[in-house]
Amino acid sequence: MNGTLARFARRIAPQLITLAVVVAMIGIVFPGFFDISIANGRLYGSPVDILNRGAPVALLAIGMTLVIATGGIDLSVGAVMAICGAIAATLIVEGYSLPATLALSLGAGLLCGLWNGILVAVLGIQPIVATLILMVAGRGIAQLVTEGMIRTFSHDGFASLGSGNLLWLPTPVVIWICAGILATLIVRRTALGMLIEAVGINRRASMLAGVNARLLLVTVYMVSGLCAAMAGIIVTADIRGADANNAGLFLELDAILAVVVGGTSLLGGHFSLIASLIGAMIIQAINTGILVAGFPPEFNLVIKACIVLAILVLQSPALQGAAILFSRAKGQP
Amino acid sequence: MNPRLLPLAATVMIFVIAYAVCYIQFPAMLSTRVAGNLLTDNAFLGIAAVGMTFVIISGGIDLSVGSVIAFTGVFIAVVLRDTSLHPLAVFAILLVLTTLFGAAMGMIIHVLRMPPFIVTLAGMFLARGLAYILSVDSVPISHPFYDWLQTLYWLLPGKGRLTLIGGLMLLVFAFGILLAHRTRFGANVIALGGGVQTARLMGVPVARTIVAIYALSGFLAGLSGIVFSLYTSAGYSLAAVGVELDAIAAVVIGGTLLTGGSGFVAGTLIGVLIMGLIQTYIIFDGTLSSWWTKIVIGALLLVFIVLQKGLLGLADRRRSLRASGGA
Repeated sequence: MNGTLARFARRIAPQLITLAVVVAMIGIVFPGFFDISIANGRLYGSPVDILNRGAPVALLAIGMTLVIATGGIDLSVGAVMAICGAIAATLIVEGYSLPATLALSLGAGLLCGLWNGILVAVLGIQPIVATLILMVAGRGIAQLVTEGMIRTFSHDGFASLGSGNLLWLPTPVVIWICAGILATLIVRRTALGMLIEAVGINRRASMLAGVNARLLLVTVYMVSGLCAAMAGIIVTADIRGADANNAGLFLELDAILAVVVGGTSLLGGHFSLIASLIGAMIIQAINTGILVAGFPPEFNLVIKACIVLAILVLQSPALQGAAILFSRAKGQP
Repeated sequence: MNPRLLPLAATVMIFVIAYAVCYIQFPAMLSTRVAGNLLTDNAFLGIAAVGMTFVIISGGIDLSVGSVIAFTGVFIAVVLRDTSLHPLAVFAILLVLTTLFGAAMGMIIHVLRMPPFIVTLAGMFLARGLAYILSVDSVPISHPFYDWLQTLYWLLPGKGRLTLIGGLMLLVFAFGILLAHRTRFGANVIALGGGVQTARLMGVPVARTIVAIYALSGFLAGLSGIVFSLYTSAGYSLAAVGVELDAIAAVVIGGTLLTGGSGFVAGTLIGVLIMGLIQTYIIFDGTLSSWWTKIVIGALLLVFIVLQKGLLGLADRRRSLRASGGA
């Protein structure tokens, strides 16, 4: 037990150190950063804000980690967010009850995931292409749902999902942390996580070993759709309206980035949900940091690009090959 | 018939049928005016799609195209505003920049052996970010030379206008067709798409070809950005969002295999025109909303990908049958 804990600590150490460095840098530039106060029954302060603003990407990162672990990718999450947000807002406006609205919009997310999963697992289309279809068509579908308007609503119960409080924290924070814990328990307390990794490392071999890879792949894409639906609902509830054009725009890239920063290889295989969630927080901390440091937000994308490049260099199979050669050369003088 | 030609034949047939349906409903659709506008409106997409065709045939993908187009527009607008350089000189500097940008991505893909998808994703962030840094606002372009370029057109019979940018797109396609199907470079690209290992064994200079492919895509994205700035007379860092996806869709609808190894530059032209036709139809109709474009393109993508999948499966089965028959 101690060994696994130590291994886990080693696994997430780079992400934790990065997060600490980013937060420390923000703290130096902006000394008031760590001030946390309690008002109106919830915590306020920049760190809480990072946790809150990072909720959509963190939720997407959960599903995306599992998809990437199977060697796939889900480009459609942004569009699925828009669809589910649009459905939720429309249903609330039509006077459906809150549980019915949530159930139907989460169901829509599952359906989108099922569609992706069937294309990938049953028809055997490459994931990047299969999910591209929904990415292109999804915003059109979302606009169809909202009839091209920005649907606004005034339903306090639904809006509190995006801007309310729970246990002294903003509701979105509670939602993503709970979802993260639940997903981690499910994949790590059962053999599911290992099976997902097996499919990601070698689908054919895992099938020969008796893993139902097809079912597993469909499930993983459905989980990703469900996570996207939750993110879409939170975003819609937060702004009290559904914007089919801009909801979740480019968030698929942030989610992929969070997973990559979390150290999961894009080629599939071993994954860590916790590291991906920390990755999502690193991205949000950088976003917030750029703002509080007084840099124009335009630098955001350039900095993200540099981070991706740096991680690519570190993860590169070519470089790892060189590192192995180097260590061997050192071992045999 | 060669089964590889089937997707292309399907594309051409869909285009002809779609145009016929449009013509029956709106006879004015067949005029050269509409045809000329179809070329002008889709010129920037077409030029970018030629580069994308090469990238996809080689088994890669280039997600940076839309951002490079936006960067190009902002760069030209800002340089023309702040300096007295002639637009032609600015074009030359810019094309060198975007070509080098593409070449650098190609280098990273080859040297670090990372998936092209994630490398060009970084390129996409970088180009869009640089565009933001140059200017957040939309910068208008007003230069006598620009105005002159915009007035150039060749009058088609029936009063249609083949504008400079529409003509340029056709030229780029002609160049692309020659390059892909009549030169050693084209053969190398197709070989690379069939598999890096086999290509290397065949004597294809892998490193040089990969870098050249992404450099070509960068160059054409830059050219497409110039065309876009001529089309809109402005540079805006949020412009051309998602053009890379439209370009990929056009390439796939045009019958190029997304797994690489087989494709047609001419098919991409038809793919671009089909997408333009859907938009034109929606404008003619007047009651349909523009989001139908996205849904129809998504559906077309699905049809073509499934068609490709089926054809590949068929070809594999035939090959294995032949192999078992020979044994």
